[in-house]
Amino acid sequence: MTATPSSALPAHTHAHISAPAPNAIGAPAAAGTLPASPTPHAPGPRPVDIESPGYWQQVSARLARDPVTIISAVILLLIVLSAIFAPWLAPHDPYQGNVMTRLKPVGFPGHLLGTDETGRDMLSRLLYGGRLSLVSGIVPVAFALLIGGTLGILAGYLGGAVNSMIMRITDVFFAFPSILLAIAIVGLLGAGLFNTLLSLTLVFIPQVIRISESVTTQVRSLDFVEAAKLSGAKPLTLIRHQILSNVLSPILVYCTSLVSLSIILAAGLSFLGLGVTPPSAEWGLMLNALRQAIYVDPVVAALPGAVIFVTSMCFNLISDGLRTAMDVRIKL
Amino acid sequence: MLSFLARRLLHAIPILFGVSIIVFMLVKMIPGNPLDLLLPPEAPPELVAQLTAAYGFDKPLYVQYFSWLWRTLQGDLGYSIFTGAPVAAELRSAIGNTFILAVPAACLGFTVGVTLGTIAAHYQGTFVDKIFSAFAITGVSLPHYWFAIVMVVIFSVTMNWFPAQGMHFEGLPTTWEDLKSIVLPVVTLSLIPMGVVARVTRATVLEVLNQDFVNTLHAKGLVGYEILYHVLKNAAPSVIAVIGLQFGYLLGGSILVETVFNWPGSGSLLNLAIFRRDVPVMQATIVILAFFFVLLNLLVDIAQAAIDPRIRR
Repeated sequence: MTATPSSALPAHTHAHISAPAPNAIGAPAAAGTLPASPTPHAPGPRPVDIESPGYWQQVSARLARDPVTIISAVILLLIVLSAIFAPWLAPHDPYQGNVMTRLKPVGFPGHLLGTDETGRDMLSRLLYGGRLSLVSGIVPVAFALLIGGTLGILAGYLGGAVNSMIMRITDVFFAFPSILLAIAIVGLLGAGLFNTLLSLTLVFIPQVIRISESVTTQVRSLDFVEAAKLSGAKPLTLIRHQILSNVLSPILVYCTSLVSLSIILAAGLSFLGLGVTPPSAEWGLMLNALRQAIYVDPVVAALPGAVIFVTSMCFNLISDGLRTAMDVRIKL
Repeated sequence: MLSFLARRLLHAIPILFGVSIIVFMLVKMIPGNPLDLLLPPEAPPELVAQLTAAYGFDKPLYVQYFSWLWRTLQGDLGYSIFTGAPVAAELRSAIGNTFILAVPAACLGFTVGVTLGTIAAHYQGTFVDKIFSAFAITGVSLPHYWFAIVMVVIFSVTMNWFPAQGMHFEGLPTTWEDLKSIVLPVVTLSLIPMGVVARVTRATVLEVLNQDFVNTLHAKGLVGYEILYHVLKNAAPSVIAVIGLQFGYLLGGSILVETVFNWPGSGSLLNLAIFRRDVPVMQATIVILAFFFVLLNLLVDIAQAAIDPRIRR
């Protein structure tokens, strides 16, 4: 730890201490008379330029000293970039099979990571597969954050009847194990990317609501919110400055770990044949298609799952790192 | 305690009511006419009208809902469209098979999880803590359907120790041969609860260790295991809450693992029903699993209140 003043809720520590200019009036007169003498303020630094490190500076300073989080972030960045630039990186067409080169092992000439059951290049399919898998991991959480976060913060801030109504409905959704609810929705509406995203969003909204509500309720009862209210802050200003700035970090940390779950669940739905439809390149679907190949080439068959594992692990480790760095004490 | 019990039971009723409404609405959201699944496209309109009336699809939604709810409450879960067999019997044996996996998986996951979490918290910041925490986060991040495949490759295909899939006995496992077929699915299923429970236990025990009363215990001259007893007792409610939730996930979320191991449990039943578009089976399976989940949450709350009187307010 550095010697920075650590406050429990450091969102407003970005303090510019603007000290009044000393001797504003007497200065011109004194300037000529005592040119050589040191000013009375000389010893010690002048307080004018002192600025306590801001909240995000502290967070990034702590993150910089956390190798695990940095390594996970770098790996994740590589995965995301390789998915974005898949068309330029992929050595082969991910949809073009070849009967002659079916199920070739890792390291086969021309196919770095081997080929799948219809002779398509595994590396190219994994690169392209990252697009659908990452989208189906991130998009549901983003929408859930938007909708669930808004509802949860409103419920926590307003309390009373609004809170009871929102939270009782949330309770009902919590009566379903999350994967069961996702499977039920996709199973009934039919397979496909859109229904996968929809079902996962619906599954995550109640979870985000519950976290946002509990965090907001905790922050709302703190003294500085009361102080802001007493000094005449309007409700919107209060939400923006006092509430949001203090509840967003824990909610974001929670959502990062939700992305990890979302990637596993989305790939799981495809694995069951309920997610994206063949011949799309998607990690869960590839894992399912290669299931019969475990007797022929277990290493190639295990690759898509290994990529899902690494990606979800990265999100979990980053979530843990952020939680420590952001000093999220509030229980999630 | 009695008034707490009564309040908590009353609280569960509207939730179950909400659950039934959600499941009913989900089924109503299925695109297309439900009778299309039963009838050939060239069916005469009189037959269509007759069946619509027989199933009550011509009645208003709320009438359909209440008649379905009334039948479900009486234990009549309808008949499978695909096999014509009563759903209740099929579901009973499937849920029994799911329990055969879920109960040992829960015992294994919770025991290992609580132990790892407690030890990690006790040795916070040391090498032991780092190893155990890494183990726990791996359990949380593993796509368990993939891990199941990896286990099959290692222990069935390569070593030939355990069968790759299927349930090779009737009723409960009794012999070592019977047990062999549950080893791989149980170990796979236990990983997620193990990871989650270990993480929560570690965080909660650390939190309790930072409370003032622990200093008092030290000052009173208590030694390691005596202090540990007090700490664990204080950490128990949070850990129990997570254990209950995880057991619920084992019941409802085992669909992926059951699919990989071809295990005839409730997950496989649901999966099959989805692909056959067998609505009565889907509806019944989801409702019953959600009912178990609500029941578990109820038990968790009661267990928490039994341990910690402050919760009973």
